[in-house]
Amino acid sequence: MTTLLDDGIATSNATLRRYLHGLPGVDQVGAEGRAAMLATRSIKAASKERAIDLAISMVDLTTLEGMDTPGKVRALCAKALRPDPTDPTTPHVAAVCVYGDMAAIARDAVGDIVHVAAVATAFPSGRASLAVKLADTRDAVANGADEIDMVIDRGAFLAGRYLDVFDEIVAVKEACGTAHLKVIFETGELRTYDNVRRASFLAMLAGADFIKTSTGKVSPAATLPVTLVMLEAVRDWHRQTGQRIGVKPAGGIRTSKDAIRYLVMVNEVCGVAWLTPDLFRFGASTLLNDLLLQRQRMRTGHYSGPDYVTID
Amino acid sequence: MTFDYAPAPESRAVVDIAPHYGLFIDGDFVESIDGTTFKTINPATEEVLTEVTEAGAADVERAVKAARTAYKQTWSKMPGRERAKYLYRIARIIQERSRELAVLETLDNGKPIRESRDVDIPLVAAHFFYHAGWADKIAYAGYGDKPYGVAGQISPWNFPLLMLAWKVAPALACGNTVVLKPAETTPLTALAFADICRQADLPPGVVNILTGAGQTGRLIVESPGIDKVAFTGSTEVGRQIQRAVAGTRKGLTLELGGKAANIVFDDAPIDEAIEGIVNGIFFNQGHVCCAGSRLLVQESVQDEVLDALKRRLATLRLGDPMDKNTDIGAINSPEQRARIDDLVKSGEGEGADRWSAPCALPDRGWWYPPTVFTGVTQAHRIAREEIFGPVLSVLTFRTPDEAVEKANNTPFGLSAGIWTDKGSRILWMASRLRAGVIWANTFNRFDPASPFGGYKESGFGREGGRQGLAAYVKQEVV
Amino acid sequence: MEGRLDVRKTYKLFIGGAFPRSESGRTFAVADAKGRFMANASLASRKDARDAVTAARGAQSRWWDATAYNRGQILYRIAEMLEGRRAQFEDEIERAEGVSARRAGAQVDASIDRWVWYAGWSDKIAQVLGSTNPVAGPYFNFSVPEPTGVVAAVAPQRPSLLGLVSVVAPIIVSGNSCVVIASAECPLPAITLAEVLATSDLPGGVVNILTGAPAEIGPWLASHADVNALDLTGIVDDGVATEMAVAAADTIKRVLPPSASAPDWSADPGLGRIMSFVETTTVWHPQGV
Repeated sequence: MTTLLDDGIATSNATLRRYLHGLPGVDQVGAEGRAAMLATRSIKAASKERAIDLAISMVDLTTLEGMDTPGKVRALCAKALRPDPTDPTTPHVAAVCVYGDMAAIARDAVGDIVHVAAVATAFPSGRASLAVKLADTRDAVANGADEIDMVIDRGAFLAGRYLDVFDEIVAVKEACGTAHLKVIFETGELRTYDNVRRASFLAMLAGADFIKTSTGKVSPAATLPVTLVMLEAVRDWHRQTGQRIGVKPAGGIRTSKDAIRYLVMVNEVCGVAWLTPDLFRFGASTLLNDLLLQRQRMRTGHYSGPDYVTID
Repeated sequence: MTFDYAPAPESRAVVDIAPHYGLFIDGDFVESIDGTTFKTINPATEEVLTEVTEAGAADVERAVKAARTAYKQTWSKMPGRERAKYLYRIARIIQERSRELAVLETLDNGKPIRESRDVDIPLVAAHFFYHAGWADKIAYAGYGDKPYGVAGQISPWNFPLLMLAWKVAPALACGNTVVLKPAETTPLTALAFADICRQADLPPGVVNILTGAGQTGRLIVESPGIDKVAFTGSTEVGRQIQRAVAGTRKGLTLELGGKAANIVFDDAPIDEAIEGIVNGIFFNQGHVCCAGSRLLVQESVQDEVLDALKRRLATLRLGDPMDKNTDIGAINSPEQRARIDDLVKSGEGEGADRWSAPCALPDRGWWYPPTVFTGVTQAHRIAREEIFGPVLSVLTFRTPDEAVEKANNTPFGLSAGIWTDKGSRILWMASRLRAGVIWANTFNRFDPASPFGGYKESGFGREGGRQGLAAYVKQEVV
Repeated sequence: MEGRLDVRKTYKLFIGGAFPRSESGRTFAVADAKGRFMANASLASRKDARDAVTAARGAQSRWWDATAYNRGQILYRIAEMLEGRRAQFEDEIERAEGVSARRAGAQVDASIDRWVWYAGWSDKIAQVLGSTNPVAGPYFNFSVPEPTGVVAAVAPQRPSLLGLVSVVAPIIVSGNSCVVIASAECPLPAITLAEVLATSDLPGGVVNILTGAPAEIGPWLASHADVNALDLTGIVDDGVATEMAVAAADTIKRVLPPSASAPDWSADPGLGRIMSFVETTTVWHPQGV
């Protein structure tokens, strides 16, 4: 544990609030300006090829629909293991991401090759009692999930009840056992970059292994500037504590161009140590096919088409 | 794992540089009568780009006469709404040729293509658009509506085409004709602009471009046929020009040097402040009159800010300006590089601590790594003299009034930056800082609607906005 | 009481709100229009000019810190005081300029009315010369006119009161302080005006009045590094005007040259003089959550 907690930062809502509100603020225009400037980087040739492969290896291939069935989940898992049947050099993704009640099916399909991430804690709204959220978490872990993507209580956060949010994360982390925990902020509901910065530090204090932007069910989901703020937070946290926490933007990342922009940002804000699926993930579904199309183009020299990638 | 960016060069094919350029007088490129020629060089590669002409006394006379005739016979008789349409045409053509102009600017100046493409050229077009709209509304600006007549203008090498736009657009909008001399190390975009004037069918003599160096500039300033002088450049040359104009009835505006304070308080949004500091002094290689060349950091956060700053500087990419991923380009000339070196040595000699970003410098061309001096006080030369390079001097302060005092303690007064989360503090500081442009929680923002210019030895007069028109409308003082 | 001797006024300099003699101890005899002795006025030296600049600089930031409303009230009070003492001014002008009582009275009328006019400008300058600027980005951007600082001015030789008022009022209304060299031919109304200023709540040092030879002390003011601007209205010799403008270039002072032709002092002054001594400061701030 960190000395910050030992210093009693989380002994009361007042002390936690003072700590979070004492962090340097974020100027919206400045942050968006930096993200936009980083987005002008032009990544070509060999560096583009490597970035595409890296991005593929960082995808949490996701299906989170009410109409998910075992058949759908199995198809997703097959693609996760072998994204491009025409090219066995294609890396596999980092994880599949499913609802907790599908975790067993997913684990059966992927074995130990990729991670099984399950959303839990009354995803996506987070509106349920703590007992229900913890039961949700334990079920998913028991069913074979080795990663849990939880949502924070945004209502509590926006009402200033930071300690409640903190305590919930601590409890879910405990319920995870050895599974690693991603904490979803739903940045589209937090609305300000200051809130995102505070949520980041709160989650890291509480034991998050990863901080994640969105559920993908609310717009705006992941954006470059919001991810920039979270990358700056994990960078600062590492300087203060020596711990490396991961970042996962999720939702709205559809093209290789987008993905490469995120990788550039990771590279220039956190450094190469974060350029690994252990510390950076993309929460996405359609992104994978665009990455594969770009990969095929670089391999063959001509533009590819939707018939040359599998729909699932 | 590393993530090296492969070279991403912008193509040079879009520009077509002739082997030789004459002078643009009375609507055409003509050969010099009594001048000579000189070369212009790509500072990133030392390659000779082309040969241009240095206008002599007879050339200056011819150009001034052409401008006078165009003023009397054409431009002063033309209604504002027609002048406006010429300026709109020019704005449009600039947009159409923007890629070519950006590449040309980078080749001649050494600034990264990303800057010329994303900052310089778009602002050039915007300047012409903005002033086109004023041409038939001058009387509404509040300065009367009488132009001076013929304006003699001298523009600098740091933003060559943009500084030309800052001079030419308002002058023409207000009904003046111009004779403009671009800086001797960066003539090419001015010559392209001459071609744009031709494409726009601008009446001959309304814009005349005379390439040359100090002597040509002097001839223009001293020509009796010039009614108004506008100069952007060093304070020393500004003094000489002001002396030369004293006692004549010529109008004069000057935009000179600076040594701006970028003030960071303990409650500043740190990451954005770091970007502002970096942008403030390393953007355009520090070749910016309004550069935030003095960082005034509140003592209580100096370690945190300096740590973050050095880590950020280590990610700056220095190299080929034509590479789209380059952040820091070449120093414009060997003379400028020598001057930077000289001042940096003085900083070390006076006991300040120097840190330079660890970047490899290309073998050819003129370069300087981003450099930070800490332990600087007001008494150091590097805190007082304009370096005009990527060198930041860091000083500390304890209280807001001390920050204001230190910021104002300079003969310059062009710009200042304030970084704090507290609005009332920003407004308090802004009314006390003696600087013509104040950036609060941002830096180096420019816009044609925003007046730009300095206090004290940073010059007088403003460029841009309604207030900028006063430079080109002759006001009677009773 | 028959044969009562009047107590004559001593005419000294006006620096920092006080009335010192010249540190040089020099004076010069002021004669009326018929050549008869009127008074000995202080002959200001370059050190007096230096002290005046120090006083002006010392007073300027406090003058600018006052609200525009407050400055306007003070200028209006100057008009009130001037009105109350008009007889003394009329007498001095009549004798010194050799004009009729009616003409002297008209000059005093115009001078008072000019103070009133400028008093009304104080809290309007920012609205007429300032602006908010519609920049193409998420920034609030505004421009405000601010005083340039310390202005050194040379008042016209004639009209000795109206000319002085027409030069000084537009300098100080926007928040500048000034050092003004009074008319050399007719300096006395300037010192009497100083007495008016001293009783009008005008902070000491905002206006400093030197009597003496413009050609002697003018160049010292023109080259003084702590003077921000120069008003050469009252310089009659082109050579001296050019010499002063050249000296001013060393520190990039703003220079208002002498008028091309004799000004019509009764005409609407317009904004030209006010604008000559203000700087436009433009402020940017991002707009965001």
